[in-house]
Amino acid sequence: MIEFKNVSKFYDDCAALDKVTFSIKPKEFVCIVGRSGAGKTTLLKLLLKEEEPSEGEVIVDSRNVGELKKHDIPLYRRKIGSIFQDFKLLPNKNAYENIAFAMEAAGKTEEEIAIDVPQILNLVELNSKANNFPAQLSGGEKQRVAIGRALVHKPDILMADEPTGNLDPLHTWDIIRLLCRINELGTTVILATHDREIINALSKRVISFDRGSLVRDEENGRYIV
Amino acid sequence: MMEAFKRIVKWGLKNFWRNGWLSTATISIMILTLLVITVLLMVNVVANAVLENLENKIDISVYFKLQTPEEDVLAAKTQLEKLAEVESIDYTSQNQALLNFREKHKDNPVLLQSLDELETNPLEASLNIKAKETSQYASINQFLESVHYKDIIDKVNYMQNKGVIEKLSKIITDIKTIGLMVSLLLAVIVFLVTFNAIRLAIYSSREEINVMRLVGASNWFIRGPFIIEGLMYGIISTIITLILLYPTFYFASSKISGFLPIGDLFSYFKANLLSLFFLLLGVGLVLGTFSSFIAVRKYLKD
Repeated sequence: MIEFKNVSKFYDDCAALDKVTFSIKPKEFVCIVGRSGAGKTTLLKLLLKEEEPSEGEVIVDSRNVGELKKHDIPLYRRKIGSIFQDFKLLPNKNAYENIAFAMEAAGKTEEEIAIDVPQILNLVELNSKANNFPAQLSGGEKQRVAIGRALVHKPDILMADEPTGNLDPLHTWDIIRLLCRINELGTTVILATHDREIINALSKRVISFDRGSLVRDEENGRYIV
Repeated sequence: MMEAFKRIVKWGLKNFWRNGWLSTATISIMILTLLVITVLLMVNVVANAVLENLENKIDISVYFKLQTPEEDVLAAKTQLEKLAEVESIDYTSQNQALLNFREKHKDNPVLLQSLDELETNPLEASLNIKAKETSQYASINQFLESVHYKDIIDKVNYMQNKGVIEKLSKIITDIKTIGLMVSLLLAVIVFLVTFNAIRLAIYSSREEINVMRLVGASNWFIRGPFIIEGLMYGIISTIITLILLYPTFYFASSKISGFLPIGDLFSYFKANLLSLFFLLLGVGLVLGTFSSFIAVRKYLKD
C-alpha cells in the first residue's frame, strides 16, 4: 500500500532522509521511532506531499505521489488522516464544528455531516463536549477531536506525528488505545514517536531511524536506538 | 458545487464578524484610501476648471492695416480657421471697433470729440484668435508672419504678450504634470498600505489555512472565504466613505465656491454621486479582492 523506494530528502546539504526503502501493507500498525531529528517528521511530510523527495519515489496505492497533479492533492490528502503533537485544531470552532469543517471542505452535504459527526464524536468518546471550544478541552480531549477530524473521510491511512508528545501518561494511553481500535477497524496506522514505553508495550512492527537512515525494521520490535 | 459556494460565502461572512477588530482596522485604512482618491479627483476637477478659466483669457489679436479691404481680412480669417491649432476666431470690423471704442470711452467727451473731428475711422479691423492649447500660439504667430499676410497685417499683439503667454503655458503644463505625479504617488502609497493591511489580516489566519490544507480542503475552498472578506471590506468602506463625504462636501462647498470658477462643488458632487459610487466601489473591490487573492496565494504554495 505504501512504498518508499530509495527516498532521500536534503535540506541544503544536510540529509534529513538518506536512501530510505521500506513498504507498509494495508491494515498494518507501524511505529516509526528515532530521536528528534532522525527524520520521522520529514518522512510523514513526504507522505502527505507537504514536501517533495530530493531523490527516490513515494508510492501510495500504486500511484507515485510525486506525480500527483495540483488539483488532485486535496483529494489525495483526504485518504490520509493526520494528527499532530500540537493538535492543529481551529481555535474559533468548537469540537463539533472542527470535525464538521473537514467534511464541509470535502463538499459533503449537510445531511451527511449531521449523521457522521455524532458517530465520530461517539467513537472518540466526546459526545458530551461537542460544543466546547479547543481552549475548554484538555490535551487528551483535543487530540481526540483531532483524531475524529482525521477519521471523517474514512481514510485508508492514519498518520500520527508524536500524538502523545504533549499529554500526561493517562491521556497518552487513552490515545494509543484509540489508535489501536481504529487499526482494528481496518485503517493502516503509522505512529511516529520517541516514547520508549509505548513502543515496548505495543509490540507492533517498529521501523527505527537514526540521523536520516533506516537502521532497523522488525516485527514486534522494541525501542533500541 | 452550489453547496461549496454557499459555504464559502457563509464562512467569509462569519470570519468577517469574528475578526471584528481586524475588519474594522482594514476598513478604516480603505476608507482613508478612498477619501484620498476622492479628494484627488475633486482637486483635479477644481484645478482643471481654474486652468481652463485662465486659458480662456489668453488669445492673440491681429490688427490689419487701415486700407485693407474687408474681403482680404475675411479671407485671412477663413485661412486661419483651417489651421488645426485654432479653436475660434472673432472678427471685429473697423465699424465695430469704432462702436466699441465709443462705448468704452463714453464718459470721456474730449476723446469722443476729437474722434468726431477725424474724417475717417482711425481704428483697425482685427481678428481675435484663440488656440486649442496655450502652447500653440507660437505656431499660429508663425503662420501670421508668413509672406502672404505681411502686406496687410499691421501688428500682432503676440509679440507683446509672448512672455506672459509662454510663462502661463509653462505653469499650466507644470501644474498638470505635478498634479498627475502627486496623484499617482499617493495612489501607489494607499494601495500598498491597504494591501498590507489585508495581508496582515490573512497572516493572522495562516494556522487556519494550514489546517484547512491538511484536512484536504481544495485551494478555492480555502481562498474563497478570504476573498468574500475582501469583498466585504470593499463594499462597506465604499458606503462609509460616501456617507462621510456627503456632509463634507455640503459644508466645504459653500466655503470655497466664492473663489472658484466652477460654481457649486456640492451640486457637482451630487450630480456625479452615482459614478463616484461605482468608481469607489470598483477601487474598493479591486483592492480588497486582489489583495486577498495575492495574500492567500502565499500560503497555498501547493
